[in-house]
Amino acid sequence: MLRGWPVSEMAAHSAHPPGFAHQFETVEQQREAGTLGMWVFLVTEILFFGGMFTSYIIYRSLHLQSFIQGSHELIVRFGATNTAVLIFSSLTMALAIRSAQTGKSKGQIIFWLILTMILGATFIGVKLRFEWYRDYVEGLIPGVSWLDGGTHTPGVKMFMCFYFFMTGLHALHMVVGLGILTVLVIMTARNKFSSQYYSPLEISGLYWHFVDIVWIFLFPLLYLIGGRYPGS
Amino acid sequence: MSAATADLHDAPAESGVNYLNADYGIRSWLLTFDHKRIGLLYLASITVMFLVGGIAAVLMRIHLVEPQGALFEPETYNKMFSTHGIIMVFFFLVPSIPATLGNFLIPLMIGARDVAFPKLNLMSWYIFITGAALALLATLSGGVDTGWTFYPPYSSHYSATNVTIVALGVFIAGFSSILTGLNFIVTIHKMRAPGMTWFRLPLFIWAMYATSLIFVLGTPVIAITLFLLGLERILHVGIFDPAVGGDPLLFQHLFWFYSHPAVYIMILPGMGVVSELITAFSRKKIFGYSFVAFSSLSIAVISFIVWGHHMFVTGQSIYAGLVFSVLSFLVAIPSAVKVFNWTATLYRGSISYEAPMLYALGFIGLFTIGGLTGLFLASLATDVHLNGTYFIVAHFHYIMVGGAVMAYLGGLHYWWPKISGRMYPDLWARISAAIIFLGFNLTFFPQFMLGYLGMPRRYAVYPAEFQVLNVLSSAGASILGIGYVIPLIYLIWSMRYGPVAGPNPWKATGLEWTIPSPPPTENFAEIPVVTEDAYNYPVAEAHKYPDAPGVARV
Repeated sequence: MLRGWPVSEMAAHSAHPPGFAHQFETVEQQREAGTLGMWVFLVTEILFFGGMFTSYIIYRSLHLQSFIQGSHELIVRFGATNTAVLIFSSLTMALAIRSAQTGKSKGQIIFWLILTMILGATFIGVKLRFEWYRDYVEGLIPGVSWLDGGTHTPGVKMFMCFYFFMTGLHALHMVVGLGILTVLVIMTARNKFSSQYYSPLEISGLYWHFVDIVWIFLFPLLYLIGGRYPGS
Repeated sequence: MSAATADLHDAPAESGVNYLNADYGIRSWLLTFDHKRIGLLYLASITVMFLVGGIAAVLMRIHLVEPQGALFEPETYNKMFSTHGIIMVFFFLVPSIPATLGNFLIPLMIGARDVAFPKLNLMSWYIFITGAALALLATLSGGVDTGWTFYPPYSSHYSATNVTIVALGVFIAGFSSILTGLNFIVTIHKMRAPGMTWFRLPLFIWAMYATSLIFVLGTPVIAITLFLLGLERILHVGIFDPAVGGDPLLFQHLFWFYSHPAVYIMILPGMGVVSELITAFSRKKIFGYSFVAFSSLSIAVISFIVWGHHMFVTGQSIYAGLVFSVLSFLVAIPSAVKVFNWTATLYRGSISYEAPMLYALGFIGLFTIGGLTGLFLASLATDVHLNGTYFIVAHFHYIMVGGAVMAYLGGLHYWWPKISGRMYPDLWARISAAIIFLGFNLTFFPQFMLGYLGMPRRYAVYPAEFQVLNVLSSAGASILGIGYVIPLIYLIWSMRYGPVAGPNPWKATGLEWTIPSPPPTENFAEIPVVTEDAYNYPVAEAHKYPDAPGVARV
C-alpha cells in the first residue's frame, strides 16, 4: 500500500516489475527475504508439530501395548495410498515451479498446479471417507463417538486422541495449502509470473513439501509400528 | 545538555511531512503498513493491558494489608493474581519492547524503509488484539483462577472458571509473537543498509535478533501445549489426567520449555535498550562490543535447556534436577558479561544523568539483584526451601519489573523525541524515575524477606507475624503505582505541548538519529551507506585517559 507516500517516491518505484514491494531496494532482495521468511516459518512449524510428536513418543513409551493395539485400528492400505498421493503431489508442485522457471506457458503452470490440488484433495477425501468416517461409525473418536468397553482401554483412547490431533493438524495444513494453490492458480492466470519472477510459487512449494514431509513422519509413527497389514 | 535548546541547524532539510501527519483519520491508522505506526498501535494496546494488570496488582496488595485479607474472598483473590500474571506476562511483557520499540526502531537502526513484511506486521497486531480481547473478556466475565501457569489437572478438570477462553486468547496472541519474530529475523538478515555489517549493528538489534529466535522456536510449543489443554478440558480425553494414564508433568515440561525462554523474551530486549542508553549517556563506545552481542545469542540458546529448574520439587528425576541446576548456572555467565561490560563502559565516561540514564542505571542494579537471587533458586538445596514462596515472586519481579519494565520506560523516554518529535518535561521524568526505583524496592525487597521466612505465594491470607513486611510491600506498591501514572500523563501532554526535539536531542550515534523527528514515512530520503562502527562517540576523553577500557586506540 502506498498510502501516505510522497508522489515522487511512488514514481521512483513504478518502474519495477509486478509484485515488487516498496520496502525493498532490489528484486533479488525481495526474493531472498521471502524465501528466508518461509524457512523461518517452517522452523516454527517443526517446533509446533514437535510438541505433539514429543508427547506422542512419551505416551507411546508409557503405554506401549495400548498404543500397539490402537495402531491396529488404523488401516495401513489407506495410509500407504495417501503417502503415495502426497509424494506424487510434491512432484507435480515441483514441476509447476520448474515450468515457471523455464518460462513455459501459463497453461502448463496451471496444469501442474491444478493436478497438485487434485492430489491434495484426494488425500483429504481418502482421510475423510475411508478413515475418519469409518472411525466415527466404529466409535473410535474420543469425545465425539467413543464406545467404551471391550479392548478400548484408556491407553487406546489416548492413542486415538493423538491420532486425531496429529492427522487433524496435518489435514488443516493441507487445507491451507489448497487455499494457497488456489491463489497461485489465479495469479498465474493473471500473468503475474514469468521466468524472472516466480518466488510466490517457489515459496508456496516449500510449504507444500513441508506438509508432505510431516506426513512422511506421521505415517510410520501412527500406522506402520504395529499397524494392521493386509492379511494380518 | 538541555533538550529544549537542541539545535535544529544540523538537521536535514525538513519538508514537515512525517509519519504522524502524512495521513489522518482512524482508517489511516488501522490500515497502516508503516512499522512506526504499527509500533504505536502496539504501544497503545499494551498500555491498556498494563493498566488492567496493574489494577489487579494494586487490588492484591490492598487485600494483603491485613493477615485475614482486606478485600476479597479467597476465590476472588485467586482470580486477581491469575489475571495479573496472565495479562502482564502474555499481553504486556512479551510484546512490550519488541512490538513497540522493536517495530519502531529496527528498520530505522539498520537503514531500511520498513520491515521485510509490512502486511504481516499489521496482521500480527490484529492477531494480538484478538487474543487480548478474548483474554480481557474472559477476565471481566467471571475470570480465571489457575495462575498464569495453567497447571493441570486443576486447569483441565477442576477449575470452574474461563480457563478455555483465556488459554485460547494466549494461544492466539502467540501467533502474533511468532510472526513478529519471523519478520524481525528476516528484516535483520536481509534489509540492512549497505555497509551495515553484522558487527556494526547497534546492540539493540542483536538483542532483538536473539529475542526473535526465542519467539519462533519457543512460542509454537506453548501454542500446542495450550491446544492440548483446551482439548483436554473440552473432551476430557485424559492427556493430562493421571487416572487414565495421562501425565500432568508433561504439561509442565512443555509449558516451561516455552515459558522459561519467555523470561528472556522479556529481559533480552531490555538488555539491548540498556546497551544503547549506557553508551549514549556515557558518550563512549561500548566496552567489548562482540562479547555483549554474543552474550545475547548465548542467553537465547541456553534459555532452551534450563526449563527443568522450575520443576525441582515436582517429582522430576534427581539426575535431571542436577543437570538442569548446572545448566541454569550457565545463564549467569552471559548475564554477568553484560553487567560487567556496561559497568566498564561507564568507567571514565562523560556520564550525564538524563531520565533514560536513570532508568538504565536502575536496571543494572535491580537486574543484578534479580539475577543473583536467581542463583539461589537454581541450586537444588536452597530451592527446596524457597520454592513456592514470596522469594520467587520477589526474584522474578526484580527481573521483569526492575529489569524489563525499567528498560522499557528508559527506552521509551530515550526514543520518545524520535517517536513524537517532542521532548517530555525533564524534571518530571527524573522525579518519576526516582519514584519508580524507590517504590519498586519498597514493594519487592520485603517480599524476599517474607519468602525466606516461609510465606507461601498465591495465598489470600497469612500469619499475623508477616503483617509488617506485607504492609511495607503494599505501601511500596502504591508509590510504584504513582510512579507509573506520572509518565503516562506527561508523555501524553508532551505530544502536543512538549518543546520540539529536533533530530538528535541526545547527540547520540545511530542511524535513527540522522533523520528528522518524527521520521518521514519512508524513513530515509536516500538509503544511507554505513562506514563506521556503532557508538562511535568522539574520542576527546580518550586522550586524557588512554588506559580507560573501551576507549578506541587512535
